[in-house]
Amino acid sequence: MRDDAAFSDPQRERMIFVGRLFIGSLAILILTIVLLLRYFDLQVSRHEDFATQSKKNRVLVRPVAPPRGLIYDRNGLLLADNRPSYDLTIVPERSENIDSLIGALDNLISVSESDIQRFKQKLKRRRPFEQTILRTNLSETERAILEVNSHRLAGAEVSARLIRSYPFRELFAHSVGYMGRINERESRTIDALKYSGTVSIGKVGLEKFYESQLLGTVGSEQVETNARGRVMRVLEKTPSIAGDNLTLHLDSNLQRVGYEAFAGERGALVAIEIETGGILALVSAPSYDPNLFVNGISQKNYDGLLYSKDRPLFDRAIRGQYPPGSTIKPLFGLTALASKAISTNFTIQDDGFFYFPGIERPWRDHNSATGGHGAGVGLAKAIIESCDVYFYELGVRTGIDKLANYAVEFGLGHTTGIDLPGERPGIMPSRAWKRGARGQSWFNGDTINTSIGQGFMLTTPLQLAVMTARIASRGDVRTPRIVKAINGIDIGPDSEIGKIEIDDRYWDYVHKAMEDVVHSGRGTARSINTGLDYRIAGKTGTAQVISIDTDDKYDSSKLEKRQWDHALFVAYAPAENPKIAIGLIVENGEHGGLSAAPIARAVFDAYMQSRAQPTVVSR
Amino acid sequence: MHRYDFVRQLNSPGGDRKRSRAMHVDTPLLLLLLALCGIGLTVLYSASGESIFYVKRQATFMLFGLIVMIAFAQLKPRFWERWSLFIYTAGLLSLVLVLFFGVGAKGAQRWLDFGVTRFQPSELMKLAVPLMVSAYLSNRYLPPSFKHILAATLATMLPVFLVAHQPDLGTSVIIFSSGFFAIFLAGLGKRYLISTGLLVIAAIPILWFYVLLDYQKQRVLTLLSPEQDKLGAGWNIIQSTTAIGSGGWNGKGWTEGTQSQLNFLPESHTDFIIAVLAEEFGLIGVMTLMLVYLLVIARCMFIAINAQTMFSRLVAGTIGLTFFVYIFVNMGMVSGILPVVGAPLPFISYGGSAIVTLFIGFGILMAISTEPKRI
Repeated sequence: MRDDAAFSDPQRERMIFVGRLFIGSLAILILTIVLLLRYFDLQVSRHEDFATQSKKNRVLVRPVAPPRGLIYDRNGLLLADNRPSYDLTIVPERSENIDSLIGALDNLISVSESDIQRFKQKLKRRRPFEQTILRTNLSETERAILEVNSHRLAGAEVSARLIRSYPFRELFAHSVGYMGRINERESRTIDALKYSGTVSIGKVGLEKFYESQLLGTVGSEQVETNARGRVMRVLEKTPSIAGDNLTLHLDSNLQRVGYEAFAGERGALVAIEIETGGILALVSAPSYDPNLFVNGISQKNYDGLLYSKDRPLFDRAIRGQYPPGSTIKPLFGLTALASKAISTNFTIQDDGFFYFPGIERPWRDHNSATGGHGAGVGLAKAIIESCDVYFYELGVRTGIDKLANYAVEFGLGHTTGIDLPGERPGIMPSRAWKRGARGQSWFNGDTINTSIGQGFMLTTPLQLAVMTARIASRGDVRTPRIVKAINGIDIGPDSEIGKIEIDDRYWDYVHKAMEDVVHSGRGTARSINTGLDYRIAGKTGTAQVISIDTDDKYDSSKLEKRQWDHALFVAYAPAENPKIAIGLIVENGEHGGLSAAPIARAVFDAYMQSRAQPTVVSR
Repeated sequence: MHRYDFVRQLNSPGGDRKRSRAMHVDTPLLLLLLALCGIGLTVLYSASGESIFYVKRQATFMLFGLIVMIAFAQLKPRFWERWSLFIYTAGLLSLVLVLFFGVGAKGAQRWLDFGVTRFQPSELMKLAVPLMVSAYLSNRYLPPSFKHILAATLATMLPVFLVAHQPDLGTSVIIFSSGFFAIFLAGLGKRYLISTGLLVIAAIPILWFYVLLDYQKQRVLTLLSPEQDKLGAGWNIIQSTTAIGSGGWNGKGWTEGTQSQLNFLPESHTDFIIAVLAEEFGLIGVMTLMLVYLLVIARCMFIAINAQTMFSRLVAGTIGLTFFVYIFVNMGMVSGILPVVGAPLPFISYGGSAIVTLFIGFGILMAISTEPKRI
């Protein structure tokens, strides 16, 4: 091993080593003297200077949280406000005995066991001299009691901060969203300096999407403290800059009418202003009170919301994905006409069943039990009465490629780009999609299922509203938007507006058919035309929740209500000069014409009324 | 050898000595380390804002470190000599892994995350490098030839650069020192020493313009004139020198230091904890701590001189000298005579992994000190 072993001289090696160690010790001695001289210089020679400086050194720089931007609806009503909240905080370093202090506080105002537990948890992980919250949301009386007794409550302090408040409570929970405490994961991604005075962050909805605009710019203040660190006065202040205010396209009145029209049913509705793409109402029912989250929601309340069968936290309007059912028929009708797969004169004979060559089992019409829609069914009749067999034939003649291409242009199968976080894309099935998602090739049966909005196809209520707005506007492609203006300056519609080119004759034809869905004697939504002084164009739809065998008949009386079909409705109004488009679903509502269409009617009525007498709103 | 007599007197009387030898415990060293732990916990209580939480955690780390130290003391020095190449290679590999898969905080990648536990390879390198270099050189004819010096230098600089790249300047300084001391103690010739010195001076401009990151340069500039950057990088130095200076001879008293208690002093329970001690216990406190440190180092030297093999000698001497580098770098940076590199004060600063590494080092020393004499 030892390469030069023959020449090694242990005694000499050791002497060298000891010599070297001696040099090292000498160096240590010298450096120690250098260090001690430095400390002597600081602590003895210049002690007076530093002692004076330390006595003066009572100036702290503290961050000042900016007020968060406010959120208004289109009429200037406040949807998200800042209000002062008073917290009882403790700095343990300044109290003689924490437990007796908490005892004293509990005698004056009530402090619950869970408050104390949370406080002790936080106490373990705080920095020295940091205020730790014992109780939030002090009432005025409680503050007065604490003020009077402050002399014997050393270490306890009442501190004010602005917290978010949502005056409309559950009405805008799914669009405006809510704020909550910055959690550990978020604290790793945010800029610590920008948030130095802030404890909350937008968690969902617009509060999250527009976080950077709403936040504002943090300010700072230099404060002088006394010997024990209590703030005596503010020396210098760099004011914070409030966050940007948002004005929304949303209309509180329409929103309320829409939400209340659900009357306890589960579902979602999206209403779009056709001209701008602005969202007038975005309803997901049931909803929840976002104010619960602002000061930290209790576990009990949170579990209640999280595990409720009705899933109130789930935003059905942009995240709920449902088969569109027959609401897709006007779009596919347009597609077939535009791609010359059928003409307006083309008719079929419907006996209630559709047979495809080579497949033994037929596809049913929804009214196959009563013998179908009879002879001479053309596209208009197929839309008005919602004939499935006609659309099976139409789908096969048009082909999935055309159906999918047009559907994508009308906003299906991909996110619409609305200014809300968490939107889902739905599914517009195609050959490529099926190969990618399922690893299978496309069958004719898939086309037949898709042609009545079933099978693999999924859409969100927002996508249905966008699709309807694009049909109503004869192909104007606009991105749906919730925010109308930032700090009073209109964002304006997208500079680039796409256009779907289809012959005007076909638009006219399909628009007329949709109008007749509501206004003709055999239309599936005729129930809502009574007393209408304007005209609505629409299309009903039904989406199966459980699959029914071809031989069985769907019979709601045999099923639980939660297995009933979903009812859908898409519509725009006024029919001759479209202003507003709606897409909506009532979960387990059974039939679009009976349960979904009346909700749309209520929203249209409110919209037409407000246009007749514009409400004057002053800020 | 009369100049080491004062250290010898630290030995406890005969009966206990036999028992502690059987357990491979070096009693004087153990007592000195316990004294340091005691001082550390006392200062930490005040520096953390009278937080029992931190004190309990730190005491747990110390207890764990003590157990690990005594466990490692049972291994023979021969074991370390045999395994040094393996430990070093494993450490080097994990440093490379950190480069690619490391996790970290404040912009530095230092840890490997195994899910259950985190592992900081640079800590391992603090011991692996002196063990490796000592094992390599002690098996060569001494004083080392140019070829062997070159090999040992390479073995030292590789991890130094990897750790500096993380970036963790404090640790890379420690690793560099430990490798250098091992070569130096093995008998590095005078002409090498002088040429190395010249080389270092020549390297300074290269380091400045090509190696050091902006924030590291900023720290050097801050050292030269802290007043220029009052609220930025200079803040720490202004506050820590004020804390130290205002302590005077006797200090302001335990938990009475306004600089640290009123939150003016940053990192007061970790890297800057000496400022708390200086503020609250004065120059007397600083000198007392320094005395205990010097006694620890003296004991290391004593063990090194009486060690049985060249390997043991080199390891013990290196650990002793490196221990001083910890102290000098930390106390120098807090008092404003060295740039701020992240370096904890041994046994006093809060932090688990550094303490455990220190204890392991002293465990190896105890193994050397209690090795049976060869005849």
